[in-house]
Amino acid sequence: MDVVIRVKALSKLFGHATVLRGIDCDIRASEVVCVIGPSGSGKSTFLRCLNGLEDASGGEVLVHGVSVHDPKTDVDALRSEIGMVFQRFNLFPHKTVLENITLAPTKVRGLSAAQARLRASELLAKVGLESKINAYPNQLSGGQQQRVAIARALAMQPRIMLFDEPTSALDPEMVGEVLAVMQALAEEGMTMVVVTHEMGFARQMADRVLFLDEGLVVEEGTPAAIFDHPQEERTRRFLSKVL
Amino acid sequence: MEHVLWFGWFRADIISSYAMLFWRGLQMTIAVTLICIVQGTALGLAVGLAGVAEARHSPAKQLCKYALRWPAAVFVSFFRGTPLFVQILLIHFAVLPLFVNPADGLLISGETARELKQNYGAFLSGVVALTLNAGAYISEIFRAGIQSIDKGQVEASRSLGMSFPRTMYHIVLPQAFRRMLPPLGNNAISLLKDSSLISAIGLAELAYAARTVAGAYSRYWEPYLTISLMYWMLTLALAYGVKKLEVRYGRGDSR
Repeated sequence: MDVVIRVKALSKLFGHATVLRGIDCDIRASEVVCVIGPSGSGKSTFLRCLNGLEDASGGEVLVHGVSVHDPKTDVDALRSEIGMVFQRFNLFPHKTVLENITLAPTKVRGLSAAQARLRASELLAKVGLESKINAYPNQLSGGQQQRVAIARALAMQPRIMLFDEPTSALDPEMVGEVLAVMQALAEEGMTMVVVTHEMGFARQMADRVLFLDEGLVVEEGTPAAIFDHPQEERTRRFLSKVL
Repeated sequence: MEHVLWFGWFRADIISSYAMLFWRGLQMTIAVTLICIVQGTALGLAVGLAGVAEARHSPAKQLCKYALRWPAAVFVSFFRGTPLFVQILLIHFAVLPLFVNPADGLLISGETARELKQNYGAFLSGVVALTLNAGAYISEIFRAGIQSIDKGQVEASRSLGMSFPRTMYHIVLPQAFRRMLPPLGNNAISLLKDSSLISAIGLAELAYAARTVAGAYSRYWEPYLTISLMYWMLTLALAYGVKKLEVRYGRGDSR
């Protein structure tokens, strides 16, 4: 299958702290890759390097063959193809749900207001929030906000979706509704990279699981291989704590 | 009549005979204040943005530091670190003659310069000084307002492919503006009151009108109490306007 994202020897330093120490991995079209690992292992930093929210200190990230961290790259054009969903939703609080979703498609893609609105209402139907189209984010629950955030990212019709612990800031009873939306997306064939603590989701939905610790990919494989037959001691230790 | 006993000492006739002077002074004060609020806000926005400018790659990185952030910091430091009164005098008696001078003005010279200085000199200097001063304070309000917006807002916007200017315009500034309204309102009120300092270089605004009347009659209660009340009414009106704006732009804000 086509490689959509190619990560080569990616390293990242914050001051003197080394967060990523040489990560290699390929992500192929329609693949769902879950990234797991203890906090501080560099999972989120890894994800944020994929769309250039973080600079790389060394190595390279290629998305569709284009280097993300090359200063000559049009990073805005690149990012418009890569949706991202954040732990804390990051909806725009001064804009309604509709405006949150239509802003980038109209400004970046040049859609008319009517086209953008149509697309927004389709997406809201998909995430089950049609009735909230004119609400402001602070009128929504956490789970609803995250579903709007997913719809907002999808409105750009990205080819890749990045999820940065999308359910970690949610009350337990709202985790399911967000995971259901992600599952539907995965089943449609979206290429997804998901940093998550939801081992159930990873086991069920991932094509491949990466276990990161101290800035390195310690182990990778199918969910069955990682969860049922981990080869590395560190993986075993981590899983024994979270499962 | 009872109230005559109370207010008998207050010679209202002084005020009424100079009503036109006070009226023109009031108009001048309002004009100067409004012009300086608008210009000071524009300048403050520009300087505030310059003060937070950052880029990732050289040479833009160095350019931001030495051509934007540093000059902005020096400008703000100077105009906040020296008295407004001194700034007005400096601009009126030293800087303005450098640019507008019948003999050898850098900007305007000859007869035009003479007339300009004669008729609008104090107005020009006053507006320039007050604008620069307000711009320095307002830029700090903008800088703080911009920096108070959660980084996640910028990241969400950038991750959608929105450029940095678009992100500023659509996401950061509207949210920052809401938080900036109260300090901006305070600043506008200060500006209104500070405009009285321009009377020192002979601009015929409210304080100047009071001084003229005081000089003519050697009476001080009447003119100064009158303009005090006028300033007070103006600041109350401004505060009311700011409150209205806060309500209007407060939508969707949970903080």
